[in-house]
Amino acid sequence: MSNNKLSLVLKGLIKENPTFVLVLGMCPTLGTTTSAINGLGMGVATMAVLIMSNIVIAMIKNLIPDKVRIPAFIVVIASFVTVIDMLMQAYVPSLYSALGVFIPLIVVNCIILGRAEAFASKNGVLDSALDGVGIGLGFTLSLTTIGAVREILGSGSIFGLSLGIADYMPLVFVLAPGAFLVLGFLMVLFNKYLKK
Amino acid sequence: MESSLKNMVLVLFTITLLSSAAVGGVYMLTEEPIAQAKVAAVNDALKQVLPEYEATTSQDIEVNALPVKVHTATVADKAVGYAVESTSKNGFGGAVRLMVGFDAEGTILNINVLEQKETPGLGTKMTDEGNVLLASLKGKDAAQVKMTVKKDGGDIDALTAATISSRAYAEAVAIAYEAYKVASGKQATAGDVATGATKQAEKGGENE
Repeated sequence: MSNNKLSLVLKGLIKENPTFVLVLGMCPTLGTTTSAINGLGMGVATMAVLIMSNIVIAMIKNLIPDKVRIPAFIVVIASFVTVIDMLMQAYVPSLYSALGVFIPLIVVNCIILGRAEAFASKNGVLDSALDGVGIGLGFTLSLTTIGAVREILGSGSIFGLSLGIADYMPLVFVLAPGAFLVLGFLMVLFNKYLKK
Repeated sequence: MESSLKNMVLVLFTITLLSSAAVGGVYMLTEEPIAQAKVAAVNDALKQVLPEYEATTSQDIEVNALPVKVHTATVADKAVGYAVESTSKNGFGGAVRLMVGFDAEGTILNINVLEQKETPGLGTKMTDEGNVLLASLKGKDAAQVKMTVKKDGGDIDALTAATISSRAYAEAVAIAYEAYKVASGKQATAGDVATGATKQAEKGGENE
């Protein structure tokens, strides 16, 4: 893999991190990160849709008339989300029951349409796939980090393993206000120390 | 690419056609695994609340004008236990769905939460092993238990800071018991269940 291709993947992690830098996809970010495993599951599901939709859109971009570009992209994305939804229901029902309501919402996650519009519709198949991997990994890592912080602070456990301190932890971090607090503080730290 | 009516219609039609074909194909592939996963989930829940059994039959019984599913577990055609899937729609975050296991004499064997959307860390404690709700019901003869939370004058310990969730839980257990009485032939028709949860919901009463 050449340097150029590698940087396509890496930019999604730090420089164009979808959560902390681009600030896209806030609905699933705030809604699903009540625990590390939920954040990870949501991130991986989004990444799968993102990679596949980026590939398909890069392939068909020259066939689509400009005026119907967005509806065409939405149809492609929605189909992949439905497929993921059914596959998860069939093969990982426990994860599905935890993430259930958020899976259909991947359709309206602006990261996916954003990357389709800003990247995949202008670049080749391989580059678009790598962009999907990069942005997807960035999103997954961000969500897992937020989930882990909220789980530790709010329920005193990590990836479902109890740290034995649950009774002393402020519950608010598992609830909605904690999502905003954790996201805000992590965003500050991220932009101060990582994004140079 | 330049847009003209002809190519716009053609392209969108082709994309939607291919997409729906793909979705339909995956649906056919996953239909069976999804059904199996659901059956497996029900069977798992049954095993957790019932004594050893050979076979189960299920039936719907109406309580409060809503159907309640009762699974009768049998050994050599003799009923050894009943598992009732009951729902209270008065939880803090929506419906609370329980699987309540009774033995043939009406003792509550175990209770499993099938579905809940309560506040994480407060109402969700109802799913924990050995929580106070379960502890105040498990192993008790259902006929001897007054199925409302202590705050409403019943026998069930409520979860701290989650009274509404606890009321919903108590209501679901009470509904399950009514359904059990019919299924086991102790009573011809199910009585109405009016517990703290319903009363509070009607009153639009105090929070948590």
